Amino acid sequence: MEFTFSPLSEQALVIETGTIINKESEQAVRKLSALLEKEAPDWLIEFIPAFTTVTVFYDPCRLRQAEAEQELTRLMAQLDEVEAPAPRQIEIPVCYGGDFGPDLRFVAEHNGLTEEEVVNIHTSGTYSVHMIGFAPGFPFIGGMSEKIAAPRRKSPRLRIPERTVGIAGMQTGVYPIETPGGWQLIGRTPLRLFVPEQDIPSLLRAGDEIRFTQIDEAEYREQEAKRDADHS
Amino acid sequence: MLTIRKSGLQTAIQDLGRSGFQRYGVIASGVMDPFAHRIANLLAGNAETSPTLEIALSGPVIEFEADHFIAICGGDLSPSLDGEPLAMWRGHFVPKGSVLSFGEPKRGARSYVAVAGSFDIPAVMGSHSTYLRAGIGGFQGRALKNGDSLQTLALPAGRMEALKKQNAQTPDWLIPPARYHEQPIIRMMPGRQFNLFNEASRKRIFEESFSVSANSDRMGYRLEGPELALEKQEELISEAVAFGSVQVPADGNPIVLLADRQTTGGYPKIGQVAAVDLPLISQLKPGESLKFRHISVNDAQQLYIEQEQQIRQLKIAIQMKREEWT
Repeated sequence: MEFTFSPLSEQALVIETGTIINKESEQAVRKLSALLEKEAPDWLIEFIPAFTTVTVFYDPCRLRQAEAEQELTRLMAQLDEVEAPAPRQIEIPVCYGGDFGPDLRFVAEHNGLTEEEVVNIHTSGTYSVHMIGFAPGFPFIGGMSEKIAAPRRKSPRLRIPERTVGIAGMQTGVYPIETPGGWQLIGRTPLRLFVPEQDIPSLLRAGDEIRFTQIDEAEYREQEAKRDADHS
Repeated sequence: MLTIRKSGLQTAIQDLGRSGFQRYGVIASGVMDPFAHRIANLLAGNAETSPTLEIALSGPVIEFEADHFIAICGGDLSPSLDGEPLAMWRGHFVPKGSVLSFGEPKRGARSYVAVAGSFDIPAVMGSHSTYLRAGIGGFQGRALKNGDSLQTLALPAGRMEALKKQNAQTPDWLIPPARYHEQPIIRMMPGRQFNLFNEASRKRIFEESFSVSANSDRMGYRLEGPELALEKQEELISEAVAFGSVQVPADGNPIVLLADRQTTGGYPKIGQVAAVDLPLISQLKPGESLKFRHISVNDAQQLYIEQEQQIRQLKIAIQMKREEWT
């Protein structure tokens, strides 16, 4: 595996695992993340994994850029012995349409489908989480069928409620916290994707395999109530 | 205890940011001007990492319900105590019942108030910073409102007397006269995608002047100036961004990412502001302008190390003096 280093700043170094998104570059990112978590060198402030990069933050008072590269190269010699964590299977229940998914009809009409067909296609796929970023616990998800692809809204909404499921182009995703955004909204999940009180505050992790399942509004309310009771 | 009589434009508790959780998408938050925040804490006898009040443009009115010792650093928002102007960049004893207020923003956009002992609030994910959008950290996850009361932690025995006798000041050598200038020169390293920009853009970014748009906030400052463009339009793969990354969306106007930036971004980065010059940007008001000057990563590291040494010197000087008085 070939890696390249380049600075993001005087305090951060980007390790690139590839120049295109594929299984190899993503697997290398996961292995690197696992290595940095396990070894946790004391000069490491934190790291941010993405699709094809892991960015490492350090304190220049402790080591300069060349030394940071040396330290990382030394550490990465062990990379072959590191196992990336096995992918977890996670089910995300979604209440589609209605007030929770005001754009379900648009997505259906845009693709010449019925709303029910859109839901069937959305729930029949297996998706994988490429990375977490942009917002707390926000997953970049790959694997959506192009049959339900839909362009972003021309004017973004100022407020999208937390846990809303949306579609933008070929991507589907879930907004963990209230955010402005231009995605087409198709439903909402009772699951919290951002859980600040837990050690790992993100429900999802890079590498996870997820499926969406359909629930009705009564089930949605029940799961939401149960979730809130568990947290109080 | 302090009570917020009037909240001001946006007064919120911040520290040096939430570190270690960006890999879960949790934004760093934290102060916009880390230098002023750290000095204010040192003058008040606190750890540099202690939370302070970040005050923006139009400041709050704060009543002290007990004797306190405070320091105010950063932009000059005309602080006064019981109507008398209060000097910045030094410590002050504030007796019970006194009222701190702010006036016209004279220079800079943000002030930091450190209170000796610092605020008694819980840390969330290792930080006291307020993350407004997620509603976590700081004081109940939000900016301060009229009537909020902030408790402070008790000071070690004899500390208040020592602080009063010492009356620590920031030496002139530490506050360069150009700080918080209306038209600062900002040192910037070429960004990760610098070479993807066309030749005109690569020249203009270091030659022409940019002004801060009204559409600027803690997340980022939008700049207006010559239009910047890639050599050829291409979609980039999202990757990490940092405090001071200068990204250029398709409209050609650069955005300097600041304290409340996202963890990752997909726009090309033309530059990265040197850490030592970040406060100069954070203290600009909409309508003010700046120029970028090229700096290498190596030189930016050198400046960073020198500034850390200066802050350490001040810290040691203050501690030694205080021990003399204790």
